Amino acid sequence: MAVIVFLIFVLFVLGLSFYLGNRTKTSSGYYAAGGQIHWAVNGIAFAGDYLSAASFLGICGMIATMGYDGFLYSVGYLAGWIVALFVVAEPMKRLGKYTFTDAVDSKYNSRGIKLAAAISTLVVSICYLIPQMVGAGVLVQPLLGLAHHWGVIMVGAIVITIVATAGMASTTYVQFLKGALLILFSTILVVAVCNRGLQTEPNQGGRVPFHTYASLTAVEADGKLTVTDPSWTVVELQEVKTAKTTFARLTREGQESWWLVSRGSSSVSLKEIEASVVKPDGRVLVNGQPASKDNTIRQVGNLESIRGKTQSDTGRVSPIGLLSAMSHDQTRIRRWKEVRFQDSEGARITAYVPAATAGNLFMRPGLKFKVQGTRLERLDFLSLMLALFLGTAALPHILIRYYTVPSPASARKSTIVAIASIGFFYILTLFMGIGAAINGVLNPADSNMAAPLLARSFGELLFSIISAIAFATVLGTVSGLIVAASGAVAHDFCDRFLNLKMDDHAKIRAGKLSAFLIGALAIVLGILFKGMNVTFLVGLAFAVAASANLPAILMLLFWKRTTAKGIVASIFMGVLSSLLLILFSPELYKLYGLDPASAPIPFSNPGIISIPLSFITLVVVSLCTKPRNPEPDSPA
Amino acid sequence: MLHQPAAPVGKDPAQQYKMRLGVWMVIAYSLFYGGFVAINLLKPLLMEKTVLAGLNLATVYGFALIIVALLQALVYDAMCRAQEHKLSDQKIAGEVR
Repeated sequence: MAVIVFLIFVLFVLGLSFYLGNRTKTSSGYYAAGGQIHWAVNGIAFAGDYLSAASFLGICGMIATMGYDGFLYSVGYLAGWIVALFVVAEPMKRLGKYTFTDAVDSKYNSRGIKLAAAISTLVVSICYLIPQMVGAGVLVQPLLGLAHHWGVIMVGAIVITIVATAGMASTTYVQFLKGALLILFSTILVVAVCNRGLQTEPNQGGRVPFHTYASLTAVEADGKLTVTDPSWTVVELQEVKTAKTTFARLTREGQESWWLVSRGSSSVSLKEIEASVVKPDGRVLVNGQPASKDNTIRQVGNLESIRGKTQSDTGRVSPIGLLSAMSHDQTRIRRWKEVRFQDSEGARITAYVPAATAGNLFMRPGLKFKVQGTRLERLDFLSLMLALFLGTAALPHILIRYYTVPSPASARKSTIVAIASIGFFYILTLFMGIGAAINGVLNPADSNMAAPLLARSFGELLFSIISAIAFATVLGTVSGLIVAASGAVAHDFCDRFLNLKMDDHAKIRAGKLSAFLIGALAIVLGILFKGMNVTFLVGLAFAVAASANLPAILMLLFWKRTTAKGIVASIFMGVLSSLLLILFSPELYKLYGLDPASAPIPFSNPGIISIPLSFITLVVVSLCTKPRNPEPDSPA
Repeated sequence: MLHQPAAPVGKDPAQQYKMRLGVWMVIAYSLFYGGFVAINLLKPLLMEKTVLAGLNLATVYGFALIIVALLQALVYDAMCRAQEHKLSDQKIAGEVR
């Protein structure tokens, strides 16, 4: 079923691209869909472009695992549209032609700006591409049963075809279709979640029996642990100091398993966990048995109590009723934490450990972003919220959509449609994330699949459709990003900066070739970054965009003393400072396999430093350099 | 010529008005958004207080940020359109005279 729905969708998208490709004969058609897209279609296409894998897969996954902190991204991403609508939409439409560079360079005709803005567009687009490709890899595993890298390669190939055939025209209609379907089926999913209500022992509508985790009593004497039930033998204890937990390896009838040691004031108990073990000889065991298609880590996530009641089932609830019950301090959500360690024989263990979190904590910021933590941790939160607010209006693939409509008023109206549709979707993310957190559907090894797996708990048909839409989500956003990046290479760099004097056909050819190369690069990066939460990665792309592009856009519009050299310096400063801060941050140190505590930059979101730095650079360099007279043909 | 828009754009007499209005709208929303961030940083426990229909402040404020964005967008569009029509009528009246 899933494969059929997926194939129908892909064939339809490709057919549409070839049909529109036959009608795309000019560079204006290729890069800006001829500037003739209706504002309402453009508004939904904005949603399709913007609601990426990060929004659908990443945010839902983060809400499911980290509670309200995931919803912070929804709030921040939406708030960013305010800057886009009120300050950027109409001027961008008035000043530009095909790309962000056209608009920034409109007053100056500076080679430096063309180069800097093209590089910035390329860097931001690639930063944004990585999480989309990671999302694609994540999706194909349960959908088509293929390995992560095949999903990445497949998306890359389809997107290159979409973009290379008809450029912005096919991209716009793919995004329109995807945006509309995503909002429609997410609404259906949320209605299904509310109809099912809250249960302490969720069984996926009777499809998957609820697993009750076992507990053993033990005694500890002279540092030796013994299980009360004599059929169990303790082989070893492993203390993981970074996670402040101790694990016990037990055997019974020759079968090994790992348990969490829980020490009370007068007693010791052992709690069953989920564990994947890679033996030194390469064998993989899951919960003591060889890993196979039928023996995988269990889907997890449920409520231990609802408003203080265990073994409870509320039946159908209203959306407000659901949120209210979740926020109650006597509601307990069982969340799962990943802990990695090695045993005495050198086997590598990935343990998934349950912990109960009170509803009032789950439903406010604090589980991921330590708003009650140290000054640096709070600064990290502030930095994220700043980058999300300022990043949207600086994303090149969003900015180029302003060139696909016929007038500034259409640009404004399409932004309002975008705010309405995107805002509605982001409200739905809270319900989908909570639904995934409490319905026993989460894969503890990968939070990105929360929404599709939630859909599967309501049947294969909804799962197939939601997965196909999620795949389309990746296709739509990646298409937009590749159009933006190929425009930067072919139009800004080759045509404008190198002044290659290309005719219309050569410009389209250059765009298609660039799309192919950037698509290939995206495939490689998507494979390399496997396993990272896609929302987090997109948050970083927002920080780079806000640091590199926004100061140039805002100062160009509001400060007459801005010079071309000021803009160039600010763009380079924004790109370099944000990238360096990210590369030396704790989150990236984790990716390198290093101790995050040893990272020279103590926080993970760079915006709080790189955005002001870019503004200051622009002001200082502009004051130190002489403004040139505007070009005679400048529209400004 | 390289900077011309993909579709020709005429002179917009309401441009200055819309820019000023846009800046005020951004300032107003930034204060609202800043309030959300500030509460989280300064009084994070306030976010778990129940404020409306069993919902806590975090949920209500988060939804409000989304809804207010849309309402502001609609108000902005209405004001821009009114100004565009007004200036366009004045221009036509001037041409007739």
